Amino acid sequence: MSQIEHHDYDVIVIGAGGAGLRAAIEAKGRGLKVALVCKSLLGKAHTVMAEGGVAAAMGNVYAEDNWKVHFRDTMRGGKMLNHWRMAQLHAQESPDRVQELEGWGALFDRTKDGKILQRDFGGHRYARLAHVGDRTGLELIRTLQQRAVSMDIDVFMECKVVRLTTDNDGAVTGAVAYWRPTGEFVTFGAKSIVLATGGVGKSWKFTSNSWESTGDGHAIAMWAGASLIDMECVQFHPTGMVWPLSVRGILVTEGVRGDGGVLRNSDGKRFMFDYVADMFRAETAESEDEADRWYDDHTAGRRPPELLPRDEVARSINTEVKAGRGSPHGGVFLDIASRRTADDIRKRLPSMYHQFMELAGVDITREAMEVGPTCHYIMGGVQVDPDTAATSVPGLFAAGEVAGGMHGSNRLGGNSLSDLIVFGRRAGIAAADRAENLRQPSLSESQVTEYVDEALAPFTRESGENPYDLQHELQELMQANVGIIRTESELVEALEKLEVLKERAANVAVGGGRVYNPGWNLATDLPSMLTVSTCTAQGARDRRESRGGQTREDFPKADPELGKVNFVQRQSSGRGFSSEITITPEPLPVMPDELMAIFEEESK
Amino acid sequence: MSDVVMHVWRGDADGGQFEEYTIPKQDGEVVLDVIHRIQATEAPDLACRWNCKAGKCGSCSAEINGKPRLLCMTRIDTLPEGETITVTPMRAFPVIRDLVTDVSFNYEQARKVPAFNPPPRPEGGYRMSQIDVERGQEFRKCIECFMCQDVCHVIRDHEENKSRYAGPRFFIRYAELEMHPLDTNDRRDLVREEMGLGMCNITKCCTEVCPEHIKITDNAIIPLKERVVDADYDPIAWLGRKIRRRTKRTAAEAKVQPD
Repeated sequence: MSQIEHHDYDVIVIGAGGAGLRAAIEAKGRGLKVALVCKSLLGKAHTVMAEGGVAAAMGNVYAEDNWKVHFRDTMRGGKMLNHWRMAQLHAQESPDRVQELEGWGALFDRTKDGKILQRDFGGHRYARLAHVGDRTGLELIRTLQQRAVSMDIDVFMECKVVRLTTDNDGAVTGAVAYWRPTGEFVTFGAKSIVLATGGVGKSWKFTSNSWESTGDGHAIAMWAGASLIDMECVQFHPTGMVWPLSVRGILVTEGVRGDGGVLRNSDGKRFMFDYVADMFRAETAESEDEADRWYDDHTAGRRPPELLPRDEVARSINTEVKAGRGSPHGGVFLDIASRRTADDIRKRLPSMYHQFMELAGVDITREAMEVGPTCHYIMGGVQVDPDTAATSVPGLFAAGEVAGGMHGSNRLGGNSLSDLIVFGRRAGIAAADRAENLRQPSLSESQVTEYVDEALAPFTRESGENPYDLQHELQELMQANVGIIRTESELVEALEKLEVLKERAANVAVGGGRVYNPGWNLATDLPSMLTVSTCTAQGARDRRESRGGQTREDFPKADPELGKVNFVQRQSSGRGFSSEITITPEPLPVMPDELMAIFEEESK
Repeated sequence: MSDVVMHVWRGDADGGQFEEYTIPKQDGEVVLDVIHRIQATEAPDLACRWNCKAGKCGSCSAEINGKPRLLCMTRIDTLPEGETITVTPMRAFPVIRDLVTDVSFNYEQARKVPAFNPPPRPEGGYRMSQIDVERGQEFRKCIECFMCQDVCHVIRDHEENKSRYAGPRFFIRYAELEMHPLDTNDRRDLVREEMGLGMCNITKCCTEVCPEHIKITDNAIIPLKERVVDADYDPIAWLGRKIRRRTKRTAAEAKVQPD
C-alpha cells in the first residue's frame, strides 16, 4: 500500500457545502491541520442551489420575533419529531451565525434602516429569512469559501471518499478516497472526521438534487457503525418545475410564495384554502382578502395557506393533480404575474425569471409557472449528539443534511442554511476538541486494500451491467414506490426489488480508464444510493402513520404513539452495503418542561 | 421527431478527436441532457462536469459551436436546426479528459486575493444601505463558470500571460472588495502591478459570455482601472496619503492574512 498517496490531518471534513466549510473554518481557527475533501470543485456543492434565504430570528422586520418563536415554528413544522435540543440550539444561535457571515463579506439585502432584510417563508410566523434576492445559497457558499481560502485550508477537490477506516475500538482513523481527475487513490489519516456530505435525492427520478446527492455520508457512516434515524422522512418540495421534461424537478423557490405568489388549479381556484389542517387553522387566513392583507402587514390578517409547511402544500398539489384539476403537464399553476409588477418580480426573483425564460420559454412576469412536487431534502440522517454533532462512532461527527434530528419529519424552508452554519460550527469545535487530545492514528492496511479493491472491482469484470441502467431503475423504483404518497404493499415490493438491485450492483462493469470516468464514478456511488434507499423504504414501511415527509395512504393520520419514537437503523453484521440493516423504534428525547410550556401556552 | 447530431471532442492532454453521436431529439432538452443520454447509452466514460443543471453552479462550462456556454442552459432548439452541434472543452484551460478541463488557475488566483477585512462589528450589527450593497451584489452573482476567463484573449491563446494576469473573474472580485461598504484593505497597487489589470483592453468579450449578465467591463473593470489610476496619479490623494492616517491598508499590508 506504500504507493498510495497519504496525508495525515488533525481534522478532515468530507463535503464542502455550507456545513463542511463552516466546520473546517472553525477547526482551522483553532490552529489545527485541517483538510476539506469534496466530490466536486470547491464552491459547486448543493448549498449553491438554496434560493430563498437563511432563517434567523433577528427581529429586523418584526421585533416580536425571537428564538422561542423560531423554535416553536421549527418543532411544529417537523410535527414534533425533531430533537428538541437541536431545534433549540438552532433557533438560539442562527442570528449570530448570520451576522458572522457579514463579517466575512456577505452582502445581504437591507431594510430601510440598513439592517439585514428578512422575508416571509412557509411555516415561519414572522418574516425571518435573511436573503440575497433568490440566490442566498450562492452568497453563503461563496462567503464561506472565500473565508476558508483566506485561512489557507487544504482543499482536496473532485475527490470521492469511498469508505471510512476504523480501529479495533471502533473509532475512526481516516478515510479512503480517489481523485476523480486521475482515478488514483488517496488515504487520509485523521483524529476527527466531520461528515458534511448533504443529501440523498439523486435516487429519485424527479429531484431538485444534483448528481452528488447520493447519500455517501449516510452510507459510509452506517458502514462504520453509526446509526441513522428518521430516514423515511423525505421532503418533497411543493414547487419544482414540471416542464419541459428534461428540467422536471428543478427547484422553484418558496420565495415566490413568500413574495405574494399563489397556487391555482386548472379552474383558476386558489385551492390551498381547502387544505388547511386543524393544527394550522388558527393562524391561517380564511379568505383571499384576509390572506392578501397579510403580505403588507402581518397584523392585518392571518397567513395565506400557500405558506403552510412544505409537506402540507406538496400533498395538496398532489391531490389536486390526481383529482384531474392539474395543469397541462401534470402540475398546478404558480402565479405571481397577476400579483406583482414585472419590475418587482425581476428584482426579487431574478434567478427564477432567468430559469423559466431560458429553460421553459415562460416569462413569469406575464404567465403562471407550472409546478409540482420534487424530491428535495432528507430530514433523516446520522444520529448525533445535539451539542457536539458527535455520532455514535468515536471521532466521527456529522452536520448539515447528512445529520438527522434537527428537522423532525419536515423541514421548514430557510432552516437548512441556518442548520449548516449552526451545526457546522459546532461539529468543527467538537472535532477540534477531540483532535487536540489525540495522537495521530494509523490506518489499517488490510482495510485500505479491501476498500480500494472494492472500488476498483467494476473494472475487473469482463461483462456486467451498465451502472447507468441500475441508477435509472433505482430512480424509477423510488419515485413509484417510495414517493410522496406511500403504501405498505408498494414499500414491501420496493424492499424486495432493492435487494435484487443490490445483487446486480455487485456485478456492474465499466469500461475506459480511471481518469475522469463518470461511469465508474457512478458505479462507486451506487452502493451508497442503494443503502440509503433501503433505509428510507424500511423506515417508511415501519412508520405506519402520516407525519411530515412520511405520508401513508393506508395510515392517513398521525399516530400519537409513533410520534414518540425515532426509527433507528444500524447494520447488524459485517461491513459494506450488502449486509442487513436492522430497524428499531427508540423513544424520542424528552423535552424539558420550560420548553414544553411554549406549546402549552398556545393550546390554552 | 428528428435526431440530434453532436460532435463531441474526446481526448486528453495528449490530444484527441471528435466523436459523432446521433441521438433522437426530445422536447425542450438542453445540450447537457443530450450529453447525459450519450453517457447513459453509448459512452458511459464520456467526461463532463456538471452539478445543479439549473445555471446556478457554473460547473458545465464548455464551448458549443465554438462559443463558451453553459451546457445546462443551452437549449437544443435555440441552436441552428438540422446542423451538427459541436461541443468542445474550454480552450483556455488544459484538458483533463473530454469536456473536463483543469481550472486550477482560477483557484490559484483566488488564493492571491487579500482577504476581506471589515472594522469590528458594532453593537447591533453592521448597517449598510441597499444602494451601497447592490454594487457588490452584482459581482457576487458570479457563479464561477470561468467562461469569462476562457474567452479573454489575454490568456485564451497566451499561456505565458497567466502568471501575471488575474482575468475578468478576479477583476470583478477585486472590484467587489474595492466597492464593499465595510472593507478596509486597499488592493489597488496589487491589481495594477501583479494582477495585470492594464493588460485588459476592454473588448468586452467577457461581458458577452457571462451567463449571469454581469456587466464585467463597464461596472467592474473600467471603474477599477479608474480607481487604480486615481490612486497613482492624483496629487491630492497622494498628499492625503502622506499626511493623513490611512483608513485603508495598502496592498502590501493587506497581503498579511487576517487572524
